[in-house]
Amino acid sequence: MARYILRRLALLPLLLLGVSLLLFIITHLIPADPAKLIAGPHAGPEQVAEVRRVFGLDRPLPVQYARFLFSLLHGDLGMSIRTDRAVQADLGEYFPATVELTVIAMMATIVIGVPLGIAAAVWRGGLFDLVAQVVSLSGLSFPIFFFGLVMQLVFSRWLDWLPLGGRIASDVAPPAGPTGLYLIDALLAGNLAAFASALQYLVLPALTLTLASLALVVRMTRSSMLEVLSQDYIRTAWAKGLVAPRVYLRHGLRNALIPVVTVLGLYSGGLLGGVFLVELIFAWPGVGLYSVDAILALDYPAIMGTALLLTVVFISVNLFVDVAYALLDPRIRY
Amino acid sequence: MRSSIRGSGISFTGHALRFLARTPAAWVGAAILALLIFLAAVGPALTPLDPLRIAPTQKLYPPSRDHLLGTDDLGRDLLSRLLAGARISVTIGFLVLAIAMGLGVSLGLIAGFWSGWVDEVVMRTTDVFLAFPRLVLALLIAATLGPGLYNAMIAVALSWWPWYTRLVRGQILSLRHQEFVLAAASVGAGPGRLLLRHLLPNVAATIVIQASLDVGYAILAAASLSFVGLGAQPPTPEWGSMIAQARSYLIDYWWYPTFPGVAIFLAVLGFNLLGDAIRDAFDPRLRFLH
Repeated sequence: MARYILRRLALLPLLLLGVSLLLFIITHLIPADPAKLIAGPHAGPEQVAEVRRVFGLDRPLPVQYARFLFSLLHGDLGMSIRTDRAVQADLGEYFPATVELTVIAMMATIVIGVPLGIAAAVWRGGLFDLVAQVVSLSGLSFPIFFFGLVMQLVFSRWLDWLPLGGRIASDVAPPAGPTGLYLIDALLAGNLAAFASALQYLVLPALTLTLASLALVVRMTRSSMLEVLSQDYIRTAWAKGLVAPRVYLRHGLRNALIPVVTVLGLYSGGLLGGVFLVELIFAWPGVGLYSVDAILALDYPAIMGTALLLTVVFISVNLFVDVAYALLDPRIRY
Repeated sequence: MRSSIRGSGISFTGHALRFLARTPAAWVGAAILALLIFLAAVGPALTPLDPLRIAPTQKLYPPSRDHLLGTDDLGRDLLSRLLAGARISVTIGFLVLAIAMGLGVSLGLIAGFWSGWVDEVVMRTTDVFLAFPRLVLALLIAATLGPGLYNAMIAVALSWWPWYTRLVRGQILSLRHQEFVLAAASVGAGPGRLLLRHLLPNVAATIVIQASLDVGYAILAAASLSFVGLGAQPPTPEWGSMIAQARSYLIDYWWYPTFPGVAIFLAVLGFNLLGDAIRDAFDPRLRFLH
């Protein structure tokens, strides 16, 4: 086990090196001249040349890549062309909002998805099964951005229950705190007004983001539960007179959860992609919104920084999941 | 009685197709897709009005007899635009898959067949691509290539191929030392012949099943890029970009974003229903789950 984790960790730098190289190649294929973008629309050719020299854009590409790697190792992602601030400072500001949104969406996925999947498998062909099938099919087929718009139309416009977009009401001061997660910071400060407001603004985007991952988790829980319930040891559990909850939860669910955990890990990538669309629709000030603005402005240090951050998060989640399910399932030995 | 006697002689594919024919979801999916492909083929001939014709006096009309699905903010007929969009979406779905499969399958064949450093290079490259969240990579590539429908398709395909490479390589690794391949090699078949005539046909079913599950996602991903502004550009009647333009009208003119949204939903649903059914039919392990 320890050897497996060590091997995975040893391969991590190589993977990150590959990721940084791919990112460097992609962002240097951008047709626009970054020097012109940095110098601004009114700059003359000399100024553009000056910018090129100062930023090292006149050097050969391998030299540029080496310098890029060197700054990366020092935690320096460069300056954003659009906001004129260090990219890591921008990300530090926007990232907590994204974390708050995705973590809540992930929790909602598990809390709703796993019980629904179990119920669908236990009462196969019943009402829960029907609900599960509808949820999983529509979740995979509904464009997340359209679903977000429908949620806005129904819950903000028609029912007027929840706000249209943003992260907290304009007349409520955002809670200052160590985490940058409004819900937690508000609780730590005992500021219930801020907590309530932040929660209100969080519901619709989180629910929208939950849709697609919910579909996968319901489907996976259902099918892996069905598979487990047909095993001999489940028959044995019934035969020795165990009560239903014990058979389903202790003997069934524990074994059915392993593939679900894997799917959740893999799908965290989908969640990180979906967050772009959800943040755009709900004006949620996270890295998704930040990088869409960066993309439209061809702000390549910011694009590169965001992509790198999300990729590192994705790699870490998957590493964590692999380790977690080795711990969950004593049969897995690496 | 007869069927059980005949059943003994039926091939695996025959069984799978029979199973498929007995799955209602497969029929629903096939019906939606038949309609979609029919509309994509003849849609523009059916459109009541020119999908690009601007009519400033008919802005944002609700659904009525003249405009069955209403009009958009430039007075264009929504039904005509949706029908024109069907062709675009179908093209996107199949083209993205064709590019991703072409690249992914060839590299998978190569990596699986010539192990050693070729395999290492190809597989480590797929590792790097797979390290990115898929839509993030597609957005990144689309941003680099510049906004446009074809660039968006290339971007989605480039974020997709490694899945096919992994799938095909795994299969080739398990097939290449089997007797039929060794036999062909022993009578002098070269690598090209072994790959194309003996190995590829044996992995084709797996590829087709995976592809049938992926077309829907490809349409969704391309529509997502258009929604962000990196895909099809106005006035192209692509469904995702129609929703993006309709976004600000949602509150007062519900029909404008709703109909393109429903169109994407139905198209993707059709592919998913059929794709799921095909996968279940060809993977007997999954059949009992339904």
